Amino acid sequence: MNFDTLLPVGIVLTSLLAGGFIFLVKEESHVLRGVLNLSGAIVKLLLVGVMIWGVYHGHVYEARWMLAPGLELVLHADALSVLFVTLSSVLWLVTTIYAIGYLEESPNRSRFFGFFSLCVSATVGIALAGNLLSFVIFYELLTLATYPLVAHRGTAEATRGAKIYLAYTMGGGVLLLTGAIWLQVLTGPVDFVQGGVLSGSAPALEGQLIAIFVLLLAGLGVKSALIPLHGWLPQSMVAPAPVSALLHAVAVVKAGAFGILRVVYDVYGVAYASSLGLLTLLGILASMTILYGSIKALSQDGLKKRLAYSTVSQVSYIALGASILGPIATVGGMVHLVHQGIMKITLFFCAGNYAETLGIHHVSQMDGVGRRMPWTTLAFSVGALGMIGIPPIAGFVTKWYLGLGAVEANAHWVLLILAASSLLNAGYFLPILYRAWFRPPPEVWPAEHIHAGRFETIGALLWPPVITAAFCLIAGLFAAAPFSPLEWVELIARREHGL
Amino acid sequence: MLDSLALAVTVPLLAALLVTALPGRVQTLGVIGAIATALVSLQVTVQVWQHGSLRSDPGGWGAPLGLALEADGLSAALLAMAALVALAISIYATGYFREGERRLHFWPLWFLLWSALNALLLAADLFNLYVTLELLGLTAVALGALTGQREAVAANLRYLLVGLLGSMTYLLGVVLLYAAYGTLDIALTGAAIRPGPVASAALVLMTGGLALKAAIFPLHFWLPPAHANAPAPVSAVLSALVVKAAFYLILRLWLDVFGTIVTPAAAGLLGLLGAAAVIWGSWRALRAERLKLLAAYSTLAQIGYLCLFFPLLQATPEGPARDDLLAALVLMAISHGFAKAGLFLAAGLVQHSAGHDRIDELGGTAQHLPAATFSIALAGTALIGLPPSGSFIGKWILMTGAIETGQWWWILVILIGTLLAAAYMFRVLSRAFNEAPTPRRFVTQASTEVPALLLALTSAVVLGLGAQLLWRLMGFGVVA
Amino acid sequence: MTAHLLYGGAGILLFVLGVWSFLVHEALLRKVIALNVMGSGVFHLLIAIAERGSLPPDPVPHALVLTGIVVAVSATALALAMGRRLEDEDDAR
Repeated sequence: MNFDTLLPVGIVLTSLLAGGFIFLVKEESHVLRGVLNLSGAIVKLLLVGVMIWGVYHGHVYEARWMLAPGLELVLHADALSVLFVTLSSVLWLVTTIYAIGYLEESPNRSRFFGFFSLCVSATVGIALAGNLLSFVIFYELLTLATYPLVAHRGTAEATRGAKIYLAYTMGGGVLLLTGAIWLQVLTGPVDFVQGGVLSGSAPALEGQLIAIFVLLLAGLGVKSALIPLHGWLPQSMVAPAPVSALLHAVAVVKAGAFGILRVVYDVYGVAYASSLGLLTLLGILASMTILYGSIKALSQDGLKKRLAYSTVSQVSYIALGASILGPIATVGGMVHLVHQGIMKITLFFCAGNYAETLGIHHVSQMDGVGRRMPWTTLAFSVGALGMIGIPPIAGFVTKWYLGLGAVEANAHWVLLILAASSLLNAGYFLPILYRAWFRPPPEVWPAEHIHAGRFETIGALLWPPVITAAFCLIAGLFAAAPFSPLEWVELIARREHGL
Repeated sequence: MLDSLALAVTVPLLAALLVTALPGRVQTLGVIGAIATALVSLQVTVQVWQHGSLRSDPGGWGAPLGLALEADGLSAALLAMAALVALAISIYATGYFREGERRLHFWPLWFLLWSALNALLLAADLFNLYVTLELLGLTAVALGALTGQREAVAANLRYLLVGLLGSMTYLLGVVLLYAAYGTLDIALTGAAIRPGPVASAALVLMTGGLALKAAIFPLHFWLPPAHANAPAPVSAVLSALVVKAAFYLILRLWLDVFGTIVTPAAAGLLGLLGAAAVIWGSWRALRAERLKLLAAYSTLAQIGYLCLFFPLLQATPEGPARDDLLAALVLMAISHGFAKAGLFLAAGLVQHSAGHDRIDELGGTAQHLPAATFSIALAGTALIGLPPSGSFIGKWILMTGAIETGQWWWILVILIGTLLAAAYMFRVLSRAFNEAPTPRRFVTQASTEVPALLLALTSAVVLGLGAQLLWRLMGFGVVA
Repeated sequence: MTAHLLYGGAGILLFVLGVWSFLVHEALLRKVIALNVMGSGVFHLLIAIAERGSLPPDPVPHALVLTGIVVAVSATALALAMGRRLEDEDDAR
């Protein structure tokens, strides 16, 4: 046991232990719970900082634990895991602060924050999983840890949403499990290796490998909400806003998208996957999802529902990037893992603020809200414009690289998809911005829970979206700076493509 | 030095005598006896871990007369499971049977049962197995009827009669084997056995009789009412340990006695019955109205999973792959033991607090008892076979075996069973989310909630992460 | 040899009769008797195989029969006690 082994374990354990203790905390001990929450998040962030530095300098952090012969639990930090670990730990800290503010005075907080922490542990485990078995383990744990969060409110609607969520994810889980076991029978333990491990497989195995890819994709596609497996996502909107933020921006959909990246790049290898014709399949699914999600978003009046369909659409940019051969498209897809995360979490924080502060749940109620809540609406605007792809916000960088990559790979149809999707994005976001900034506010808000004091709402609710909106700007403006998401992803792409 | 194998049988017997003789101190003696029994049982496991198989001959008769006790990796693993589960149940029982007649009746029967169970796991001859099986059955029936309520007595009377039918059938098989080979010792019979009508008849009779006791589909009809109507700690023992003991016997016979004469068709039939049990048991669990009935049907399905291993074991040649399957089988059996005991104990708390166990009306109670609900959730994780439970590892290896031997159809059964299990467990767990008031603290009654929680936690986490220890205990090489 | 077959065959016949009777009859008492008939069949068979011609008979099956009888008696007693309990409750209603 040395530091290089302990670091990945420690990163998983910080939130796991915090979660375990939080369950035991008495309901009324707010301070203790807050301290546990924040100290877990901050310690994790510090450890992640150390890891970023080490991985950048080519350091290997790896922990292995034997479960049974041929079954090893492996935590391994490579550049791609660090990207996802950093995203989850940063956003966990922000979301924790937000959730503490959001859930003030609401019931069952020990249970909520306990599962919240477990959820982050599972996400970080997914990021650090060094082989397919470990990935499956953490992926299923994530399902278990998020179910109580979706069901948290305990209303009939919440129970129903949670049930649908569970049905989809469990169904996907068993397919993923079958694919993983099948692959392991063919090839032995499947470690994630940059460039893939299957490229030398015998031609006789190709049929089976294609079938396995379809199983894995079906399992991962549920969480990343590829059509036709996206049905749970809009339904689980009943969860409290911090949970929606977490589900949509960080944990669940990203786990699926991250898994697709792992399978394409580090199991099959992008070139081999392309030679099997699998990337075409992925590309078609991703493109259809992008268009479908955006079209559905146009007609949603519920703000969170509209954001949910937007997620369905946006997450598939990641899969789209993976489906185009070539390093530039890889960069575009992977960087969107981060960019979509920070933009979407901003939007959900803002949606939560509107609901908590003024009781606004629908787009049609948002007239003039920019005057009452300027900071929140400003943050919302940054997120929305970023989603559309307006420079210099992060989303622009994604679309730019995806487009360049498509040109490089001679996949010009992708440009059409990008253009259509951006128009649709504008079609469902700009009306909101117009209403919020330019329409007159109503006489009374639907239900004003929090009155304007020094700020437009309480600080714990206001600062998180402002901070994440700032991230969106910084990630776009300083995309070329060292340790920016883009620079980091270029490092990964160089390693994946062996450049 | 004292014979540790004999101690594992006699210490609980002594405890049974003591709690009968000194009813005034029944709780204290019960806890002391339980700790002592668990320690001597675990000592056997430790010795097997250190030295491999143990054999002793307390009566001094020597083979082939028998009456020997033997512990190998398989029995040591189950012995350890029984010791820990039974210890947890004993502690729970001190909180559950606080006063009254029932407390006085519980403890002596409980220790007798534990003694019979240990003797069964350690017996090295076929007739000893019959006697221990009967002792186990009789004490289990008496415990199951402990509430004295009409349904409980009726269900357990049926259990008794069915059990007797099963053990008589088993005994006839033993007689046939003795007539043909002149020995009762398991190892000697296994070495002497030759294919032929006598051996086949004995295989069918003994397996059939034990299948009745192990509630293998379609001989399961007696189990749900008997398990669902017993007091919670007794249900836990019945589901986690007693049914497992009969299954252990089938496994022991198929491995060590009939190993050479079992045909693929026979193994396939057992697998098919297992598959039917997985689907039917899970389906009935999903439809069950009461929590304990759900748990009982889930036992049926779990025994089914264990049966699925037989056709794969049969088709896999000696070697690491077969060792893995065998270890996975034991791992699943043990995980189920812990999980089901935890589930029944937690269900008992919920029932006690709500006054009933109708699932649809559990809402407030489930939310009111976070520790019990959490135990149900953890046990559920293991019953569904989700990571990091021991049954997840078991299922992974089971599915690997199915692919490797080309018997992919079992995978469909496993997947459907998994989804059904998720459906019936989450049907219960979803009741814990409602608008009832927030509980003030996690644990309300430590003596009952902590054992349930620890059992469930063991099944859901410890057995999965520590699974490789089982390989070592069973003497299978672990590649580092 | 014929004595063997006669005893053994009779034992198996008794066992089969017992199983049949156990399966077709509802009443508790009949079932209990059927189980005992099955048991007698098995014991019969054991006695038959103990016979070893000119050698003294094999003592092991005899020991098994004795143990078996003890077990059968206790099981019967328990079954009857539980049956009685049910009847008492029915009478009380």
